[in-house]
Amino acid sequence: MNVAGLYNYWIVILLMMTGFYVVISSGNLVKKIIGLNLFQASVFILYISMGKVMNGAVPILREGVTTYSNPLPHVLILTAIVVGVATTALGLALVVRIREAYGSVEEDDIHRQDESL
Amino acid sequence: MISAQLPALQVVVPLLAAPLCLVLHRPFAAWLLTFVVSGISLLVSVALLGQILEQGVIDYTFGGWAAPFGIAYHIDFANAYVLLIVTAISTVVSIFAKRSVASEIEAHSQGLFYTAWLLCLTGLLGITITGDAFNLFVFLEISSLSSYVLIAMGNDRKALTAAYQYLIMGTIGATFILIGIGLLYMLTGTLNMLDMAQRLVAVADSRTARTGFAFLTVGLGLKIALFPLHLWLPNAYAYAPSAVSAFLAATATKVAVYVLLRFMFSVFGIDFALGAMPLSTMLVVLGSVAVLSASTVAIFQHNLKRMLAYSSIAQIGYLVLGVSLATPAGLTATLLHLFNHALMKGALFLALGCIAWRLGSVRLGDLGGLGYRMPWTMGVFVIGGLSLIGLPLTAGFISKWYLVLAAVERGWWPVVLIIIAGSLLAVIYVWRVIETAYLGKTKEAVSGTEAPLSMLVPAWLLAIANLYFGMHTELSAGIASQAAMVLFGGQP
Amino acid sequence: MSDSILFLILLTPLIGAGLIVVTGNRPNLRETVSVVTGLLLLVEVASLVPDVLAGETPGLLLAIPVPGVPLALQVEPLGLLFALIASSLWIVTTIYAIGYMRGHHEIHQTRFYAFFAIAISATMGIALAQNLFTLFLFYELLTISTYPLVTHAGTPEARRGGRVYLGILMGTSIGFLLLAVIWTWQLTGTTGFKAGGILAGQASPLVIGILYGLFAFGIGKAALMPFHRWLPAAMVAPTPVSALLHAVAVVKAGVFAILKVTVYIFGIDLVGGSTASTALLWVAALTIIGASLVALYQDNLKRRLAYSTISQLSYVVLGAVLANAASISGAAVHIATHAVGKITLFFCAGAILVATHKTRVSELDGLGRQMPLTMGAFLIASLSIAGLPPTGGLWGKWYLALGALDAGYGILVGVLMLSTLLNIAYLLPIPLRAFFGQSPKTAVQFSEAPLPCLVAIGITTAACVTLFFFPGPVYQLAGMLIP
Repeated sequence: MNVAGLYNYWIVILLMMTGFYVVISSGNLVKKIIGLNLFQASVFILYISMGKVMNGAVPILREGVTTYSNPLPHVLILTAIVVGVATTALGLALVVRIREAYGSVEEDDIHRQDESL
Repeated sequence: MISAQLPALQVVVPLLAAPLCLVLHRPFAAWLLTFVVSGISLLVSVALLGQILEQGVIDYTFGGWAAPFGIAYHIDFANAYVLLIVTAISTVVSIFAKRSVASEIEAHSQGLFYTAWLLCLTGLLGITITGDAFNLFVFLEISSLSSYVLIAMGNDRKALTAAYQYLIMGTIGATFILIGIGLLYMLTGTLNMLDMAQRLVAVADSRTARTGFAFLTVGLGLKIALFPLHLWLPNAYAYAPSAVSAFLAATATKVAVYVLLRFMFSVFGIDFALGAMPLSTMLVVLGSVAVLSASTVAIFQHNLKRMLAYSSIAQIGYLVLGVSLATPAGLTATLLHLFNHALMKGALFLALGCIAWRLGSVRLGDLGGLGYRMPWTMGVFVIGGLSLIGLPLTAGFISKWYLVLAAVERGWWPVVLIIIAGSLLAVIYVWRVIETAYLGKTKEAVSGTEAPLSMLVPAWLLAIANLYFGMHTELSAGIASQAAMVLFGGQP
Repeated sequence: MSDSILFLILLTPLIGAGLIVVTGNRPNLRETVSVVTGLLLLVEVASLVPDVLAGETPGLLLAIPVPGVPLALQVEPLGLLFALIASSLWIVTTIYAIGYMRGHHEIHQTRFYAFFAIAISATMGIALAQNLFTLFLFYELLTISTYPLVTHAGTPEARRGGRVYLGILMGTSIGFLLLAVIWTWQLTGTTGFKAGGILAGQASPLVIGILYGLFAFGIGKAALMPFHRWLPAAMVAPTPVSALLHAVAVVKAGVFAILKVTVYIFGIDLVGGSTASTALLWVAALTIIGASLVALYQDNLKRRLAYSTISQLSYVVLGAVLANAASISGAAVHIATHAVGKITLFFCAGAILVATHKTRVSELDGLGRQMPLTMGAFLIASLSIAGLPPTGGLWGKWYLALGALDAGYGILVGVLMLSTLLNIAYLLPIPLRAFFGQSPKTAVQFSEAPLPCLVAIGITTAACVTLFFFPGPVYQLAGMLIP
């Protein structure tokens, strides 16, 4: 197995698992969103790296170049990044509202308050 | 001329109307726009269905870019049917929303509310209509983001945590779907789903295809709220504004189920999805556990919206069981239940909305004697509840009939027993409410009785639809079986 | 013409229910509406008799909810017999209810009459169902429409009773009956009732056996043990409900459905002698004896009558499972004779409650001098239940015994005899104590139940005796079942 040749995937997996772990393990709502961002970033890299074609040039029409990298995944992921930003913004906005309502951004605190109701 | 542009209009009209809502700002104007736009969307989806009945599949390319390169909409029986469900529910519930939202959400944010509503509608319609995998992801995120907003607008502070929880799980699900689509693109070099299906045949037996399939299934499982990925759903439905609960319960998970079916049957093909992968076994186990466990949990809920939410999880179990049978009959049952469940859950949530409007609470303990104070509202609840149980003359019975028949045909007796056990559990949790409402003690004298007409009428529309589609199934079962044939790859 | 009458038969009680609600504020008008609706219904049902006797089977298609599964009505002799019994006794019960409900100062009387009418409509639907699906539909409708009647009082006890009632009836019908219906459809592609049955040659004996078991227990209204508990639970209802619904309409709908399934779905050839039917025979025999024994120990009069009903219902099941000409007609005749007998007993129990507020057997000593008419009727009806002359109850038992002998089950004749003895043991002491027992009070005055109650009791008691001397019409219809 060509470990070195697949190194972009290793990075993706590492990032993905790190992000996922943070989402699951962290009790802080803001940190969860950071984890989520990391998780999404790994997918961005997956897409971006898959567009690279061996020996392909930058996808701009030029004389004498026959092989171009695939630009489509890059365009796609631009959209996904926008979606990610929107999600983060919404998530953080919710956290602000939660802090106003509960006075805390720690999951444990919030659960304790809701149960005491 | 316009009839050729219907597929685009289906998505574009609500999309353009959404920011307009924000500009209008005044609650009544925003509501009126939402209602009118929902109505137009409904007309468009009916017209689309008519076109399909007449001339078969519709292919629509955006901006004239031909299929594999441009974004194409591909409409057949399966998604025309789902479009109809979504637009019809949105129209009916938006009538209801006027008074309900006015009582639950402050006037200055009602414009925002309707903006989110229309965006959510746009997203759901886009997911359903599109033939492009990445486009599907984008619409999925549009609908998800707007539904987080809608849920967060509930007047309990728990709505915020519910929305947050949904946001985290929903985003993970959507990202999984994105990974799945990415892997498929790597493998096939196309995003057009039809094209993808053709190219997948040659490379289906690869690790990438299987990994992509797994990511898609898990991601969609989260969106569907398939057991055990359902944790976000009960709170989200329980604390959302009443109109939102009704709208989402009747449409959002349905659309996700449709996407799962589309990928399983149209893109990967039944042999791969249910043959090469052990998905059938998995679905049958998860579906069964969902039906039994969620129905049981529903029995112990005091918050009725939460009870219905758990019941929804159980109903999703039925849908999944139908799919796992891997026969046209099973798929027909699933599609039919998709439709019928939208009707019954819509009716039930609207009835609860009326109750919430009057009492400001949907706790079982507060419902004593309500059958006499709000006879029309409770009438809707009784009809919806009987439909949920699956008694004859209601739409729910037709679903059960097809589902049990499909299971018997396959000889899967344990599944038959589980379906029936689910019905019996439904008897218990529905009857708790009916018994309390009619035989319970009234707590204190409450002034006023019924909910306003603008809330009762849509609720009754859905209740009557439950009865109508329990008697006349040409539309529901007829189209469902044709849609099942389409998905199975046969000609309608 | 007779086709549209079928629709009218369903519709008349429903329209009646609507009018009852509209006229709810004026009790006299409301109850007039009730009685007139009953009369109309009886006329409509009776108008079908000539056609059926001539061998015709008018039918009517209402709708087709699922392709191949129509919602349709069709008259045949057994259904007509059942419809006749239910509709004629409805009138009597309404008259009785007027006296009872007013005398007992019941609440929510409008609701009571309205749901009563709806329940009758459902009963008519069961009687006239053309196929299993239609039968199932009206069967469930009957369960639901009687639930408000059972829980009429609204007390915690009524709620508990209602839960058991609904739980068992719906549990068995959804759990077993619906499954059996769908399975039958899957095997044969039809659910229609057809002379000679539709299942013959369609499935292995094992499947047939399982199916028959599903039907027998799935039709929980027939109260086969161990699914009998709902009937005593339903005794919390007002007495007219117990009388018409839980002695006639609901329970008879159950055994009627079993008979109908036996004759028109399986066909008697398929049922007779199969392993499953032998097993069911013993379940029925056990229910007959077991319920009678339990009845002996019930002090609450209505509960005693309820257990008696459970026992008597299994006579009909026995007749169905024996599956020969004599036993099937015996079962059909028994449906009629038990109906008039048991309704009389319940009427009497209600009359005693209204007049003296007594519900226990042990309190009835010496009551015969206070209420001689009621207790006299009770005596005659008791004889009818036990199957002794001069009452109609004799004939049902007679043919059942003949059927048992035909099928080669001499021992079942023994069961019937033993049951007769038990019937005598738990019913006859009641009027005897009333007439000859020592009243705790010294001065006893003549104070009978309200007049409408007495009229109703008189009519049904007369019917008990009449059926002994003129069983002809009933037997003629019953005999047409198995040509």
